Amino acid sequence: MSETKQISENAVEVRNVFKNYGDVEALRDLTLQFPKGQLTSLLGPSGCGKTTLLKIIAGLIPATSGEVLVNGKPVTGPGPDRAFVFQDFALLPWATVLRNVAFGLELRGVPKPQREEIAVKYIKDVGLSGFEQSYPHELSGGMRQRVGLARALSVDAQVLLMDEPFSAVDEQTRRKFQEDLLSLVQNENKTFLFVTHSIEEAVYVSDQIAILLPRPSRVSEIIRPTGFRNKDKDSIRRDAEYLDIVDKIWASLRTYVE
Amino acid sequence: MKLFGYELPQMSSLILWGLLWEIVGRLEVTFFIPALSDIFVTLLEISTTKVFLTALSETGYAFLLGTVSAIVIGIPLGILMGKNRLVDELLLPWVNIFLSAPLTALVPVLMVLFGFGLQAIVITTALFAIWIIVLNARAGVMQINRSLVEMAHSFGATPKDAFFKIYFWAALPEILGGVRIGFIRAVKGVIIGQLLISIVGFGALFELYSSNFLMKHFWAVLIVLFSLAFILAEILAYLEKRVSYYASRRAA
Repeated sequence: MSETKQISENAVEVRNVFKNYGDVEALRDLTLQFPKGQLTSLLGPSGCGKTTLLKIIAGLIPATSGEVLVNGKPVTGPGPDRAFVFQDFALLPWATVLRNVAFGLELRGVPKPQREEIAVKYIKDVGLSGFEQSYPHELSGGMRQRVGLARALSVDAQVLLMDEPFSAVDEQTRRKFQEDLLSLVQNENKTFLFVTHSIEEAVYVSDQIAILLPRPSRVSEIIRPTGFRNKDKDSIRRDAEYLDIVDKIWASLRTYVE
Repeated sequence: MKLFGYELPQMSSLILWGLLWEIVGRLEVTFFIPALSDIFVTLLEISTTKVFLTALSETGYAFLLGTVSAIVIGIPLGILMGKNRLVDELLLPWVNIFLSAPLTALVPVLMVLFGFGLQAIVITTALFAIWIIVLNARAGVMQINRSLVEMAHSFGATPKDAFFKIYFWAALPEILGGVRIGFIRAVKGVIIGQLLISIVGFGALFELYSSNFLMKHFWAVLIVLFSLAFILAEILAYLEKRVSYYASRRAA
């Protein structure tokens, strides 16, 4: 993809967004673009407002001022062009995997046979075939997040908003997830917004990394890894550019860690 | 409990108390306590009489109407209070007052307002049951996982969808707990109603038997009432157990 095309086509644009909670300034004059078809990470120490920003883009909480555009249209609330993946999975404990995955479609009024057909396909895609009739409490943390991912994919939104989706799963599962996410970005023509506090994770999966700093929250830097993005998944972690970027980000973040 | 290495079934202690009752009854210590076996014989005798069956259906009917209205009004009201801060601030003091108030004292007022018939009895029954149902539904909603609500919202749930597909189910274990206690209180309500408002149903039987010193009959009706209330409570406790598996796993 050429550099000019990446800049000209943004799936999501955040323009001069402020967010205050009473006297507390969560976001100050934040402007950021998310290129179409790519994965952008929001990376920063806790309290830097990255989840707040993601929820404003999702339309779950309103900005105090400023504007968010999704495909050129201003955001006024949740919409079918965006789907959210939750940190704590947010599955219905009383419903089967099948109903959980189909729940987004159920809320959109898709008739049962159709939505279950779609759900079965995405359950297969995330590798949970055979677990359609299981309940969330019968699954491991990693499998639960696969259900959350399948639910977000099945509504076929152009923009996927992921709020620290892998932070509640164990390290091995997390690595597998990161690899799967790379394939997902490549195969699905979707835009991914990915909140994380792990530097390595952000560098590994992202086309673009926005570093957010707290007090007051702002975008301090945008990094676009170029060299290793098309390389083999297994060799990324040994790539010199990968290691350089990880070091560089740590150098700029370390002063904010008490 | 275990005795001599054998696992005793639940409530087998009742057998012991039953034996004691039988002995005290046989010794004719007081007219107030006839032998338990005589009571059961009387129970069998009266259970087919028209008086008993009419009383049972009258009490059952008032009980059913009272508890159903308590459930139909109480659950949505409790959920609403849990969801909406303003409604909660407005209503919570009243709910708490009525929960602990001696409702029996209100019965004469209800008689003035609603007459001496079925209506007043049903309202009395509902008033005994509803407050704990409201409070439990409210408590169930207040501990709901916020991200479930956000999830539904992000996928475009209407308020109606959120109510029936998220709030109700998330609060179901607490709601059933409230309904169970509400039912037990409603038994009290319906009997008080049928004793104080108009002498019908089981209330009338109690009145009739106790004023004529028919203690065997009196105890027989009381045992029927206790058993019915107990069975109802057990059925609800069973349902509660069936759904509470997810109460502890609600973070999932």
